[in-house]
Amino acid sequence: MRRFVFLVPLALSLIIGTFSVWGLLNDRNPSEVPSALINRSIPKFNLSPLPGLRTPGFSRDNLLNLKKVSVINFFASWCLPCRAEHQSLIELSQNNEIVLAGINYKDINKDALDWLTELGNPYTYVGDDFSGRTGIDWGITGVPETFIVNRDGKVVHRFSGPLVGVKFKEFKELLTLELR
Amino acid sequence: MNFIKFLLITFLYLAPVDIILAVEPDEVLTDLKLESRARDISANVRCVVCQNEPIDTSNSGVARDLRILIRERLLAGDSNKEVYKYLVDRYGNFILFKPPLTLSTAFLWFMPLLVFFLGVVILVGVLKKASPSNKSRFSNVSNDTKFSDSLENKKGKK
Repeated sequence: MRRFVFLVPLALSLIIGTFSVWGLLNDRNPSEVPSALINRSIPKFNLSPLPGLRTPGFSRDNLLNLKKVSVINFFASWCLPCRAEHQSLIELSQNNEIVLAGINYKDINKDALDWLTELGNPYTYVGDDFSGRTGIDWGITGVPETFIVNRDGKVVHRFSGPLVGVKFKEFKELLTLELR
Repeated sequence: MNFIKFLLITFLYLAPVDIILAVEPDEVLTDLKLESRARDISANVRCVVCQNEPIDTSNSGVARDLRILIRERLLAGDSNKEVYKYLVDRYGNFILFKPPLTLSTAFLWFMPLLVFFLGVVILVGVLKKASPSNKSRFSNVSNDTKFSDSLENKKGKK
């Protein structure tokens, strides 16, 4: 036993070293806030439609009654990354297997309408969350943020930041898994 | 005169440090007891945007919303515990600066105790190892007295 005491520093430095390398090399993002909603039922909310827009508003019950995989996207006209991901949302809206619902976060009504007219409206539902309270109920930290909800009304994935490039590819892969 | 000027300028620079608080006047509750509870809670709640700042001092929009929300919950009669639960339900334990004791944080909480006992074990080990030679070296009273004698002799000579 005593003979191996000299190995203790080596073992300690190996353990610490492994953690350090993991911290440096892994592509994890330490500042990303993990969503508390994952694997839980969608929170209670009831959003009215945007005044002047034909697309209806929606509530938790709407989503639960769908029995379809849904994608909930928080967006705002003042949010630049939202503009970047809009093309991805248009692409998603062509998939009939899913329901794409938008929540307009802390936005001015007219600006939101102009936004949807200019870029196109990919959403089946658009809820008006001017106060940002529904945003808090979903635990969002900013816009854009996108959730995948499975057929049972359970939140399965959360993406913060724009769905573009690699992130959008990853998103579509996870979505396909839910659709199977 | 220059010194007074210097002092004045220094105080002008320092004064706002205490005054700058993110809590805006329109948020403050008239009930001072509730307000102080709200302040206590918001000092322990992490801003989800700025992350290392409590919402009490953060200027971000979400932080302001949460501060107002906390006050609403308190006005509705929630206990501090219920307010924390409300926030944790939405943002997870991440939002608390003081992580609760769970299976995944047990290591974090008990690490100091663990290190302390490891230290005690090592200390006891070292002392035990040292004690036999200790005895042989220092328990010899005559040696000891000789040493103190020689010290006193030296003092006496001076």
